Amino acid sequence: AAQQRTISGTVTGDGTAPLIGVSVVLKGTTTATATDVNGKFSLPVTGNTGTLVFSYIGYVSQEIPVGASSTYNVNLLTDARALDEVVIVGYGTQRKTDLTGSVAAVSERDFNPGQNTTPDQLIQGKVAGVQITSNGGAPGSGSTIRIRGGASLNANNDPLIVIDGVPVDNQAVSGAPNPLSLINPNDIESFNILKDASATAIYGSRASNGVIIITTKKGASGEAFRLSFNTVNSLSKVKNTVDVLSADEFRAAVTEGRGTNGAAGNANLLGSSNTNWQDQIFQDAFTTDNNLSASGSYKKLPYRVSVGYLDQEGILKTSSLKRTSVALNLNPSFLDDHLKVNFNVKGSMTKSRYADEGAIGAAIAFDPTQPVYMDNQQFGGYYEWLDASGKPNTLAPRNPLSLLEQRKDNGEAKRSIGNLQLDYKFHFLPELRANLNVGYDISKGQGTVFRPITMASVFNQGGSRSEYEQTKTNKLADFYLNYAKELTAIDSRFDVTAGYSYQNFLIKTPAFPVLTEAGTVFAQAGIPGQNENTLIGFFGRINYALKDKYLLTANIRRDGSSRFAEGNKWGTFPSLALAWRISEESFLKNSSLVNDLKLRFGYGITGQQDISNDYYPFLARYSFSEGTALYPFGDQYYSTLRPAGYDVNIKWEETTQYNAGLDFGFFEGRISGTIDVYKKKTKDLLAYIFPAAGTNLTNGLTTNVGSLESKGFEAALNFSAISKENLTWDFGFNGTIQDVKILSLSKVNDPNSPGTLVGGVSGGTGTTVQINSIGYTPYSFYLYKQVYDENGSPLEGVYEDLNHDGQINEKDLYRYKAPQPKVYLGFNSNLTYKQWNLALVMRANLGNYVYNNIYSNMGTYSNISNATYLVNMSSNVLQTNFVNPRYVSDYYVENASFLRMDNITLGYNFGKVYRDKVNLRLTANAQNVFVITNYSGLDPEVSSGIDNNFYPRPRVFALGANLEF
Amino acid sequence: TDDLDLTPKNELTSADAYKDFANYKSVLAKLYAGFALTGQTGPSGNADVGGFDEGKSNYIRAYWQLQELTTDEAVISWNDGTIFDLHEMDWSSSNEYIRMMYDRIFYEIALCNEFIRETTDAKLSERGVTGANLEEAKKFRAEARFLRAMSYWHALDLFGSVPFVTEEDAVGFFLPEQISKADLFKYIEAELLAIEPELVGARQNEYARADKAAAWMVLSKLYLNAEVYIGQQKYTEAVTYSKKIIDAGFSLAPEYQSLFLADNHKVRSEIIFPVAYDGQRTKTWGGTTFLVHAPIGGTMSAAAFGVNGGWAGLRTTKEIIGLFNSADDRALYNSAGQKLEIDQIGVFTDGYPLTKYKNVTTDGKPGSDPAGDHPDTDYPMFRLADAYLIYAEAVLRGGSGGDRATALSYVNQLRTRAFGDNSGNITASDLTLDFILAERARELHWEGHRRTDLIRFGRFASDSYVWAWKGGVKTGRGVADFRRLFPIPTSDLSANPNLVQNPGY
Repeated sequence: AAQQRTISGTVTGDGTAPLIGVSVVLKGTTTATATDVNGKFSLPVTGNTGTLVFSYIGYVSQEIPVGASSTYNVNLLTDARALDEVVIVGYGTQRKTDLTGSVAAVSERDFNPGQNTTPDQLIQGKVAGVQITSNGGAPGSGSTIRIRGGASLNANNDPLIVIDGVPVDNQAVSGAPNPLSLINPNDIESFNILKDASATAIYGSRASNGVIIITTKKGASGEAFRLSFNTVNSLSKVKNTVDVLSADEFRAAVTEGRGTNGAAGNANLLGSSNTNWQDQIFQDAFTTDNNLSASGSYKKLPYRVSVGYLDQEGILKTSSLKRTSVALNLNPSFLDDHLKVNFNVKGSMTKSRYADEGAIGAAIAFDPTQPVYMDNQQFGGYYEWLDASGKPNTLAPRNPLSLLEQRKDNGEAKRSIGNLQLDYKFHFLPELRANLNVGYDISKGQGTVFRPITMASVFNQGGSRSEYEQTKTNKLADFYLNYAKELTAIDSRFDVTAGYSYQNFLIKTPAFPVLTEAGTVFAQAGIPGQNENTLIGFFGRINYALKDKYLLTANIRRDGSSRFAEGNKWGTFPSLALAWRISEESFLKNSSLVNDLKLRFGYGITGQQDISNDYYPFLARYSFSEGTALYPFGDQYYSTLRPAGYDVNIKWEETTQYNAGLDFGFFEGRISGTIDVYKKKTKDLLAYIFPAAGTNLTNGLTTNVGSLESKGFEAALNFSAISKENLTWDFGFNGTIQDVKILSLSKVNDPNSPGTLVGGVSGGTGTTVQINSIGYTPYSFYLYKQVYDENGSPLEGVYEDLNHDGQINEKDLYRYKAPQPKVYLGFNSNLTYKQWNLALVMRANLGNYVYNNIYSNMGTYSNISNATYLVNMSSNVLQTNFVNPRYVSDYYVENASFLRMDNITLGYNFGKVYRDKVNLRLTANAQNVFVITNYSGLDPEVSSGIDNNFYPRPRVFALGANLEF
Repeated sequence: TDDLDLTPKNELTSADAYKDFANYKSVLAKLYAGFALTGQTGPSGNADVGGFDEGKSNYIRAYWQLQELTTDEAVISWNDGTIFDLHEMDWSSSNEYIRMMYDRIFYEIALCNEFIRETTDAKLSERGVTGANLEEAKKFRAEARFLRAMSYWHALDLFGSVPFVTEEDAVGFFLPEQISKADLFKYIEAELLAIEPELVGARQNEYARADKAAAWMVLSKLYLNAEVYIGQQKYTEAVTYSKKIIDAGFSLAPEYQSLFLADNHKVRSEIIFPVAYDGQRTKTWGGTTFLVHAPIGGTMSAAAFGVNGGWAGLRTTKEIIGLFNSADDRALYNSAGQKLEIDQIGVFTDGYPLTKYKNVTTDGKPGSDPAGDHPDTDYPMFRLADAYLIYAEAVLRGGSGGDRATALSYVNQLRTRAFGDNSGNITASDLTLDFILAERARELHWEGHRRTDLIRFGRFASDSYVWAWKGGVKTGRGVADFRRLFPIPTSDLSANPNLVQNPGY
């Protein structure tokens, strides 16, 4: 008999740190182990035969024959292809090589480092065709995510987000800054982004805007116990503030009586202070984000458990977010691995204090010659504009600091997402699997807003106490059968899936009265809300591969939605995709130049039913008015009963999408990438339109009307410039060119109709600056063409008579540019030298235009024409010398193309720092480092295209430490 | 499957709503609230119509803006959208203030159609509505028809020929036909005459609900302007119906100002049909909230008006101020800190604000809203003084069934109240049509009648009468006659290809 002995060794990753938890298996046997915290392993073997297989997620597996030696030190190399080997798609996984659709995967290694409060920040700028625009600098404020520009006009354009198999509710959770802020980014392992219809159609009715599948971290079978502590501590600083007149410039303007025809009547209102109000409202803000996780395998039970605590201050004084989160994953296998169980529970609780963001506008507007405080304690000691009777002047801006410091707006939200997934491989037929997934996503948010009577804005109503609450319950049950079979005889592989999905959403919002500070009722409670919708789907998929070269995927899903009437409830969403792995053909198979080349074509139809606040749009229904909207008959006040507008025939919106793509890898994978072109056409848009007057029970409602077309080109390129044991340098580029156009917009096509006015601005109530019209990009600017004098200065109120009818009126408005960028680009680079690591991420948008509403609203001398109070102005007034607001001038629309350095990180891996047991890695990181742009406002990245009182994105400096035990 | 059949929990389905008879009155209340409010939450929120600012599009405010800002009676300083075009008289079919009114009118008509459709005799009997409830339901239905007729009259007056929808049309997406002015006139007239017997007798209904007198008032105004609307004189009918009102037992309130104060719901002797407001329970940013706040600015004390602050918007022209004798109680304007001449429309202190509407009671107490935002003041849509002046004008214009002496006595009743004695009374020879137009401005200024009056007198568009900034120039100038009608808004022209735009636009 061969001799029984023990072999041992150390496994390192990329020649540096030891890898913990690497699986070491003696091929073809059940003999296996995993490396310990020092990367060491030992394994009993018999004789000198056999092969050791070292595998670890994210690294190229290695096979080493067992020889006479008893020591085997192995260095595993990271490999993007290895990492992406398995891609998670809807209701299953697929090998990356077998993919036929446009799917991008981003895993932990590629996440943006630094302070990331919400999951979307992890992948900002990383994926072609995915545009992530943060909604501002408030703690946890989240982002607007658009995959290929979205597919709708008025229905939801957000992608479907699926976390561990649970499609989550992405609508606002009361009391939390944004629904994703309740997900701890530290628990996330990977994002898989499904972009084209052939990839998304399995999600049928919710697939038009793309799907983001988020998978959280798990323990692995056989993995040794591992404790990881991660801390990031950061300082956020205001990058820049809006240029307004200084106290002295302001004094000069008022004294000269600019804007009041030279009658210097308002100089008496000037104060003697020099206050920079923006400096008063902003602060340096500290954030600490700490995460502790333990993972491993207790006997045969792999587990991971984590806790996280985030405490983030906002740069706008008083804003803050505290989040406590826990996550538990158990994924044991039973019955000889025939039954796999995956159990996830995530829970988080946020406590937010919201700052009144109106203070940002107030700080721009407040007279810089007035002091912050005054002796009169009636308004909390804050300076306020008062009228002759000593009460607050209701038209004047309010003291910005009072708006922040006197308002206590606290929200609390709890959210839990969990699921239990049972995957059973039949004993008698191992090719057949049954998968049951039951899950939930529940949240409860509540909050109170308290404003004391000393606050000028609520002085007249005796102070204000209000509260709100919301409970959301979202239940899920999915079941599918999967049959996968290889038929070697015909060199074919089949993978067939068929399943059923049920999801129900219930939202309850109780109503509360608004009280005065003293507790008397100021406004009666409204009508409590309770809304519900249900989605049911039947789906099927066939994957077929011939000779590993010719691939076919066909999907079909039939979905029912409670949002539509009988007869319109169900929609069918098919897709078909073909791929040809050219690199497997004999003429390329042994090429050293071309390692991977795949051509893909996809076609599919997806749906949209999410008209967020419309739950019963097909139903004739009546609702009562609240206590503040009663009508009297005699002495009695009646709650009025209003019939709602409705459309019996409302149905799905449908997007047809074509995609052609090429995946490639050259020079042993040192250059790899994908190119995709797509065309999407959405018909029966769920659009808000204005039906013929008198025909419905409101003047505007959502119905199926019109169509929208978008075309795009996406490319992603990864380049490994240097790949040596001690030095690696990688680059990644991605770029997207997109064009969206409205093809039709109303029930009848009227060539004379300009379209639907949208884009209300601040200042002129009801004034709009954008339009949706046929043949143009949605939200195109719709303004008068400004006339300039010979020096290039705009002439106030003088516009071009574009239709030459001798008068300037609405017929002279024209469409000028749009907020959506024509091109957006991402760039990242990662340089590793021994234990040092330097990474950076940059993003650029080209051809995006922004309307500077701060200029148009605050840049006029009419701000100082009021006889009872003064309002400061944007310094832009010194350029235009405008007396009155000219909201509708195209002067205010600017090219806001930009290049932003999002993130730069320097890391150092100390390796073992304590008794060979503790591994330490330190990082220093800066976020939002600089922006290069010609845009004159604070920040060129404004997704709505109207820049007004935006919570500025801070510049963040972070220090992080990662300890592995 | 049944799982997909969900029904609302905090709303009623249409079928359920009409099962309980108590709900009928709540639906009726909505039809009235269609004039007063803008949605199901006060002062704003859960709006009835969309596409523009909720408060500005309030029915009364939108009507007032078109009837007053286009005339010598009012200018506004806010540079909001296309509002300056109203006074400058160069509006186009995309003017949002025109659209606000148009959409409100057709929203109101659609609401009334729905209620009328749900309260046919057949439906009432099907639902077992009998006895006293049935009698009540018929009154409700008659009032709905009155409100619809009033809105159609507004449509006729402002827009001329408009799309025509009745209870015969189901709710949905269809393309209504345009009705000619003559047919619309006939329809309004026929509706009002048809419901006259069903409406509660004059002064007999609950406060704020329409009675026979309200219908007579719309008929009077329809007939008085028939020459403008359909090119036919109906002055005799105007005399007949204004006389019916006058003889119904109304009387002038002793104090002119009391008609426009927080407790004006007590002035039931003169106000024929109010649109009601309450500082706590019936709140909007339109209606009298607008009318009280907007003319306060400059150095004026908001507290004197019973509100928390001014909006520094509305003033009047010197042409209106020039109509007043200082002894006239109706000369309710503020000159302190203001200048009579309007050099810039955008500057509040140019021009005198009228101080007619206030949120204080007759004994000087502020209204019920503790925050001072929303007045209790009701909007007097129709009042006896207007009926007097209609009678007098119709007689002067040759209507039979009345006489000049009675006309003179009615006018002098107004003058006596205004001057506190008979010092302001006029003689028979003073009673001319020009005097009537001026007297209507003195008596009814800022009550939403001016544009219609100026058109009837041929002085709205033409340069025979100009005022500050008429036609967009400071000294004023005439504009083309087609502006006597507003354009059908572009929004509806593009939604409904059956519509033909008014000439000139």
